[in-house]
This record gives sequence, structure tokens and C-alpha cells, in this order.
Amino acid sequence: MGRKLLLEKADIPGIRSYNVYRQHGGYAAVEKALRMTPEEVVEEVKKSGLRGRGGAGFPTGMKWSFLAKPAGVPRYLVCNADESEPGTFKDRYLMEFLPHLLIEGLIAASWALGSHRTYIYIRGEYAWIVDILDQAIAEANAHGWLGKNILGSGFDCQIYVQRGAGAYICGEETALIESLEGKRGNPRIKPPFPAVKGLWDCPTVVNNVETLAAVVPILQLGGEEYAKTGIGKSTGTKLISACGNINRPGVYEIDMTISVEEFIYSDEYCGGIAGGKRLKACIPGGSSVPILPANLLLRTAKGEKRMMTYESLSDGGFQTGSMMGSGGFIVLDEDQCVVRHTLTLARFYRHESCGQCSPCREGTGWMEKILHRMEHGKGRMEDIDLLWDIQRRIEGNTICPLGDAAAWPVAAAIRHFRDEFAWHVTAPEECLRRNYGLAQYADELVSA
Amino acid sequence: MAEEVKMLKVTIDNIPVEVPQGSTILQAARLIGGDVAPPAMCYYSKLKGSGGKCRTCLVEVSKGSTADPRPMPKLVASCRTGVMDGMEVKNITSDRVLDARNGVVEFLLINHPLDCPICDQAGECHLQDLSYVHGKEGTRYEFHRRTFDKHDLGPYIQLHMTRCILCYRCVQTAEQVTDGRAHGVLGRGDHAEIATYIEKALDNDFIGNVIDVCPVGALTDRTFRFKNRVWFTKPVDAHRDCPTCKGRVTLWQRGEEVLRVTARKDQWGEVEDWICNTCRFEKKKASDWIVEGPSKVDRHSVISQGHYVGLQRPTEIFSAVHDGRSPKLLMDIHSISEVNRPEVALSAIPGPATSATFDTDKKS
Amino acid sequence: MSKFTEEMKVEVTRIMDRYPEGKQKSALIPVLLMAQDASEGWLSPEVMDETAALLGLEPIEVYEVATFYSMFNLQPVGRHVFEVCQTGPCMLNGSDALIAHIQHRLGIGVGETTPDGLFTLKTVECLGACGYAPMMQLGKHYREHLTPEKVDALIEACRNMTMA
Ligand SMILES: Cc1cc2nc3c(=O)[nH]c(=O)nc-3n(C[C@H](O)[C@H](O)[C@H](O)COP(=O)(O)O)c2cc1C
Ligand code: SF4
Ligand code: SF4
Ligand code: FES
Ligand code: FES
Repeated sequence: MGRKLLLEKADIPGIRSYNVYRQHGGYAAVEKALRMTPEEVVEEVKKSGLRGRGGAGFPTGMKWSFLAKPAGVPRYLVCNADESEPGTFKDRYLMEFLPHLLIEGLIAASWALGSHRTYIYIRGEYAWIVDILDQAIAEANAHGWLGKNILGSGFDCQIYVQRGAGAYICGEETALIESLEGKRGNPRIKPPFPAVKGLWDCPTVVNNVETLAAVVPILQLGGEEYAKTGIGKSTGTKLISACGNINRPGVYEIDMTISVEEFIYSDEYCGGIAGGKRLKACIPGGSSVPILPANLLLRTAKGEKRMMTYESLSDGGFQTGSMMGSGGFIVLDEDQCVVRHTLTLARFYRHESCGQCSPCREGTGWMEKILHRMEHGKGRMEDIDLLWDIQRRIEGNTICPLGDAAAWPVAAAIRHFRDEFAWHVTAPEECLRRNYGLAQYADELVSA
Repeated sequence: MAEEVKMLKVTIDNIPVEVPQGSTILQAARLIGGDVAPPAMCYYSKLKGSGGKCRTCLVEVSKGSTADPRPMPKLVASCRTGVMDGMEVKNITSDRVLDARNGVVEFLLINHPLDCPICDQAGECHLQDLSYVHGKEGTRYEFHRRTFDKHDLGPYIQLHMTRCILCYRCVQTAEQVTDGRAHGVLGRGDHAEIATYIEKALDNDFIGNVIDVCPVGALTDRTFRFKNRVWFTKPVDAHRDCPTCKGRVTLWQRGEEVLRVTARKDQWGEVEDWICNTCRFEKKKASDWIVEGPSKVDRHSVISQGHYVGLQRPTEIFSAVHDGRSPKLLMDIHSISEVNRPEVALSAIPGPATSATFDTDKKS
Repeated sequence: MSKFTEEMKVEVTRIMDRYPEGKQKSALIPVLLMAQDASEGWLSPEVMDETAALLGLEPIEVYEVATFYSMFNLQPVGRHVFEVCQTGPCMLNGSDALIAHIQHRLGIGVGETTPDGLFTLKTVECLGACGYAPMMQLGKHYREHLTPEKVDALIEACRNMTMA
């Protein structure tokens, strides 16, 4: 049984309410933080080795220490609750069940960064969660954890919830800032980075929900103690939202010491592939990261057991590895079609492109059209190389990483499942009736 | 009084140049000029916040600076990337850059109608120029191109959205040069379009400038349309005493007739001074203007190929500095255009070509 | 006639108070969401123009934003809007068949509204409920782990609700 640092209290009845949360030791991290200097709080977070849980995995302590602090200019902390990456639904779980954990983390982080107005930017569709958060904020205000002169420290802080209105791109931090300013969610051209010029041109830190919630156990345990959980640079715990064709989809907290195989097959987590089928492929970190066929998912190219850590999931680079990403774990069983799945992702990225830069605006639609034609038995062999060429020319050439995020799934699907793409061309009628099945090389695979 | 501005040394395509701190790579490259200057479809030096979007100006930074010599991993938009001291940049000496740029041009063309023969901008279109240099023979795009109906934005300006490359220049112009913006970018992704949402005339004083900043033929002058092909008209510099703007313009004349008035443009196709609507749309008599002499013509343009007066030759770059590469002339627009059939060779048409010349092709 | 009641105008000022002086434009998206809820689920040009006036913006600034975000409806919609997710993880769990089922039951295609104005069917991209797939959003809430039977029951419930 792995160690739980975030969801430990999730099962306590009534934990959503302030009183129960407080009775179980809630807000102790704020008390502790306010007795420390902001710099000391940042130092603790640095020691914890916490890496951003929003997808990029950037060390949080380092990000905080980059925040510019010009005199007389306000600074802002913004919590990224946009959560729109397909396969990812972990922040929602945290906010729905443990709203006070997020509020507690936000107050401590606001103190560390000197943010007097802190915003939670939440995807517009999570309307009922806005009510939960508003309620929690109201309770925190009523008990003196927010407002003026918190706990007599002289620190003023207020938290506001801002709803988006349907745009994946607003999860990208500069698009989020634009949206929070009441504009279209067009990502900004960087530099300048938000740490220097962010919300209303003031220095700003944007962090993921889970990252900010993790500040609570870090302060409670101390950074060094927190860092003892996990392996190497993957410290602490990570929420994984597992979905697709598994027996027990849901949100799991892992302490980054378990293997991918254990995660998929153990009853504590995914509980194996649904319907007793076999594992075909998996996208381990949200739709943007490369898909891996079963063999490369369970073992790295070097033949080592692949672990649920940042390092191990990316072992082998994009050739034979993938990424931890946002922790959206999508499992495909033997009866699923990789071409169709890739098509839905291509459609997603076309739909979500902001349209500012030409490679992403035009390239995403083009890829979708080609995939659509292949999936419907109208493809040609050259289409595979054409797709490859299009994704290659989007990747790295766009304003924001959405271009890369659109290119990678297509690239990885072709890289590992080229035979399945080719089969759609050579068997145009059969591919309408049935799916390809397991990849050719899958037979040697072990399954637990 | 003036603080000394620090000069930074940067090398682009093996040619060193010194620029003041705060300059972008594109500005430095333009100082060198010629082919070393990356094509810029969205950046406009006179518009705040412009650039970064079209990605035609991507370059490779092979050395970050003297202090931090690491190369930048990705290609960067030269129009929005600041120069560092000791930076080394590759534009046309980089295969990666040329490949990416070919890709960008292809992306820009997949939904473009390729209706150059009936487009007012033909001959002065930056996309046309770019596709001559970077385009491929033929298109690999076989799907329906995005279409929009053409649209009058009031009495002066026509919008041909199919040709738009979403450079945002016209939006920034309306925002920064006129008082009150009535058009903008609506929708998102590949559905994004320039529009007013509800029927609205664009008519405030300086709005005509959106026509000049548009790099393609998406925004055109309704008071000029289809009267002629630009390369058959004769541009002259002229001025008048205007209470609203400086009144320095280029007149496009044929004989004594003023067919069109535009702002004067510099070597990079940017206007020298914004002009007002009165100068642009209302003063169509030769007697309204004091003519100064023939205009210098933008070196990028198709018009400048061959026989124009006042043409400035670009600073010649030796192919040695370019690792032996010379600019490519790959694409013949004829071969990929749906309307422009090779049978109708422009040069074979006696007199000015007009849309009527191509009407036989439009089987409607 | 104003689409904004006095109560709503009070709410607008409350929203504007969340931001520092002079940053009232930030209220735009929350105010549009509120206005849409109060106007049969869609934003007419009149509602957008009034929003612009309330916040001191140019109307085009409002149109630009309203057309960017997928939750804003710019055309009238039915009383009950079924927004069914069709992205990868939901597709793996049968969303395609579910969408076909709803089309069949309601007799409309995607993006259409039933002639009685009761139902609109929309497909949407991942709503963050992938583990509870297939799913859809109906009003403020998500309906998850859907089956054809559950959808039929939902349609029935919506009909009854309208009649009551
Ligand atoms: C297209 C795109 C979408 C993103 N969506 C999210 C998101 O929904 N939630 C999130 O926390 N980060 C998202 N990110 C990452 C953010 O830009 C940013 O890196 C993150 O919020 C930083 O927080 P962290 O350091 O705590 O991870 C997205 C990035 C991109 C490029
Ligand atoms: S990469 Fe796509 S989403 Fe990002 S700025 Fe460019 S067009 Fe917009
Ligand atoms: S209409 Fe012209 S200026 Fe405006 S965005 Fe399109 S291409 Fe650019
Ligand atoms: S000119 Fe630099 S990106 Fe368009
Ligand atoms: S894919 Fe349907 S909710 Fe995520």
C-alpha cells in the first residue's frame, strides 16, 4: 500500500466541510507558513523536490524563486484548474472532495509569493465545483483564514474563483492569463514570461491544482521528509487519473515507487483490463504524450521494468518512451483501433487550436482530415508519410506547446503502429468491419 | 541627456552586424538586407504587439550569446526574439529553417484560394512572393478549401476572407491607429475569421490603412477593385495639403487617371506614414495631387522583376557566404492554381489583364 | 428591453469587485455566462451589446470572446442541451454508439434541435470525466457511466419536467 499524502483524508465523512476538515488537522500548514518568512516557505518547497503536476514537471520551488519582485507592483498567484487534457480528471477529484486542501495550499503559497489576490481559473464546465469552492472560500473567510490581517500576521489575501467557458488552450498559462483578463485565449509570445509580466502585466505564478495542494503536506512534513517518498527526482506522490478499458477507472494517488504493470493489473489500482482482454497500448500521461504499445509500456527498451515515475516513463525518449505529463492514464484493450483513437485526438486538437499561428491552425485540421479518410477506408499508403511530414513541421514551430501536443500523438501512433495504419489502406473494407487487433509483436508479451 | 545605447554584435548567415540593445533578430537581419532578412508576414514595425504568429520568419539560433553560447533548441520567430551580444543566427544557411519555412508556406497555402489572377493584390502580395521562393510544385492538400463569402465592410473596404492569413495586422491597426475598432478576429482555430459579427461599416478616419497593412489580398479598396492589374499601373509619389494626415501618398495612375491611392511603402512593404480616408478614397483626380516623381518599388515584389524605375538592388550576398546555396525558385503559381490556367499566360494578354480575362475559367 | 435584471446588475458589480481598479474587462466571461443562463441558453447580439455597455467595452471585444469559447451558444438552443463527449477515452467506452442512439431517439442530428424546441444535441470534446465514460453534460451537471437505458430515462425525465 503506497503512502498517501493528498487523498489520505478523502474518505472521511463530511471532509468537504470546514469543521470536519479542521478537526482532522486542516489549516495547520497555514499556521505553520505564517510563522515562517515567505523565503523560508519557498525554501521548503525547493527541498521537497516538488515538480509541477500540470504536465511540464517543472520544479515548483525554482519557479517560485524566479518570480520578479519589483517594488510597488502587485504579484499574483493563479491556480490552474482548467483541466482539459483528455484522460485527465484528477484536479476535479481534489476540488470536489477536498476543497479545503486546495484553499489551504493556496493561502500558504500566496503568503510565500506575496499574492494578495489569488485566482482559481477553473474550466467553465465544472460549474458545480465552483459552488463547492465558493463555499469553502466563504468558510475560510468566516474563520479568519482569508481576508485582512490573517491570524494577526498582517498578511491580507483573498481567493476568487474565475470560470472559463470552454477552451482547452486556456490551460496553457499565458492563454489562461489572457482569458482571466477577459480576452480570447490566445497564448502570448514568450518572452516575457509570466514570472516577469503575467496577469495585468504584473509578475505572476501559475500552478496546477495538485501542485498547490501538495504544498500542504510539504509544509506539514517539511520539505526533506516529503522528498523521502518516491524515487530519485520523482518525489512525493502523484495523482493518476486512469481511464479507458480497465476494470477500475478512477483517480489514484501513487507514491511513485510502483511499476506500470502493477498499476494496471493490481486490484488496488486499475484492476486489470476490462472484460479479461489483453492490453494493447496505453497513453500514460494525458492525450498529448506518446502512446506506447504494451511491450514498451511495461518494459523499457533496455528491458527494465517501467516504473510510474517521471524518469522511467520518459526513458528512451520519444523513440521508445513517453511522459508522465498530467497523469491522465488512458488504456486501450486489444479490440481498440489506434487509428480511430488517434483520429479523435486529432479532432480534439483541431477543435482546441486557438488559430493564432499557421502551422497549428492549418496543420491540425489537415491531419484530422487525413486520419478521417484513413479510418474510413479511403486512405492511401502515402498518407502515412504525409501525416508524418505534417506533424514534423508543426512540432517545435508554433507559439505554444499545443502544436507539439497535437503532433506527438500522431507521430507516436505512426511510429509504433505503422502496420495498423498500413492495414487500413490495404484492407479498406475489412477495416470498416473490424479492428486490427494487437500489434504483430505483441504475442511475446507477458501479462500478469 | 541621451543615455548611451549599448551596441550588440550578432552574426546572421555568417555576416556580422552591430545593433542597439533591444533590437530583434529580424531588425538586425534587415540591416544586412537582401536574402538574409527573413520574410515577415505578420510582423509590422509600426504596430505594437505584432509578429510571432505567421512563423515565416523562423530562424535557427546556433549560438545564444557570448555569455551563454548554447544553441536554442527550437527555431525562434526572429521578429519577436531579442538579440544578445555574440549571438549567431542562421537563416538561409540553415536547412532546418528552409524546411520549416517551406512547411509554413505550405500551411498558409492549403486553404488559400490561389485566385491570384483575379486578386487585386497580385503583384504586390507577400504570400505570392513567398510561394515563389518557398513553395512546392503542386499541392499535397486534396480536401475542400475553407471558403467564405466575400463581404463589403462599408463603402470603402472589401473583405475576401478566403485569402486572409490571420496576421492580425488589420486588427492591430484598427486598435492603434483609428479611434474605435469595429472588426476583429472571431471564432477560433481553423474557423477563425476577420469579421464584424453584425453587419457594420468600417468607416472611421484612418481605417483605410488596414488595406495597406494586409499582406495578402484579403482587404481591398472598393474604390479601386478590378480596375486594373497593379503591374500595369504606374505608381508615382505625390502629396497634398491634408488637414488630417501628412498627405504623402503613392498614386497609382494610368495616364491622367488616378486609379488608386495608397500610403508610401518602404523596402519591407511597410507604410511610411498612415494616410487618412479622404486622401485614400476621395481624391481621385490628378489635380488633387502634386506629383513628385516615380515611386521606388518594393524589391520583394513581382512588379520589380525586370523593368521598373527606381528599383533598389538588394545588397548582393555572395553564394560563398551562403554555403553555396542560392534562393530557390520552385513554384510556378500556374501549376497549383485552380483558376489560373497555364493556357492564359499573363504575358500573352494584350493590354491590362482584368478579371474578365479569366471569366471563361469560372464555369458558374 | 434589458436582458439584465436589477439583481443581475448587482451581481455584475460584485463580479467586477474581484479585480483591481480598471481591470473590469476581466468580468466579461463570468458576466456572459450569467447572461446566457438568463437568456434561454444563448447569447443574442443584443445581449452581447448590453454586456459591452455594462462593462465599458467595444461590442467587438465581446463578440471576439463569445465566439472563441465553446460554451457560448450564438444561436438559440433547445430547452435541454445534451452535450455528449466524443474524445478518445469516451470513444473507447462506446460514445459513438451512444451518440447514434440519442440521434435515433430524438430524431435529430448532431447540432440540431428537435422541432418542439425541447432538445438540442451537441458533441463536445473531453469534459474531464474520462474515467466515468461515456458521459454528457446536461445543464450544470454531468451524467456519467451512460447506457442507452440511462439516456432514455433522462429524455423521459426532461420531457416530464417540461410538462410539469
Ligand atoms: C495546451 C496546454 C494545455 C494545458 N492545460 C493545463 C491544464 O489544464 N492544467 C494545468 O495545470 N496545466 C496545463 N498546462 C500547463 C500549464 O501551461 C502550466 O505549465 C502549468 O499550469 C504550470 O503549473 P505546474 O508547474 O504546477 O505544473 C497546459 C499547457 C498547454 C500547453
Ligand atoms: S500552437 Fe496552436 S494553440 Fe498554440 S498559439 Fe499556435 S495556434 Fe494557438
Ligand atoms: S485581413 Fe489581411 S491584415 Fe487582416 S488578418 Fe487577414 S491577412 Fe492580416
Ligand atoms: S513575421 Fe515573425 S512570426 Fe510572422
Ligand atoms: S474523453 Fe470524454 S470526458 Fe474525457
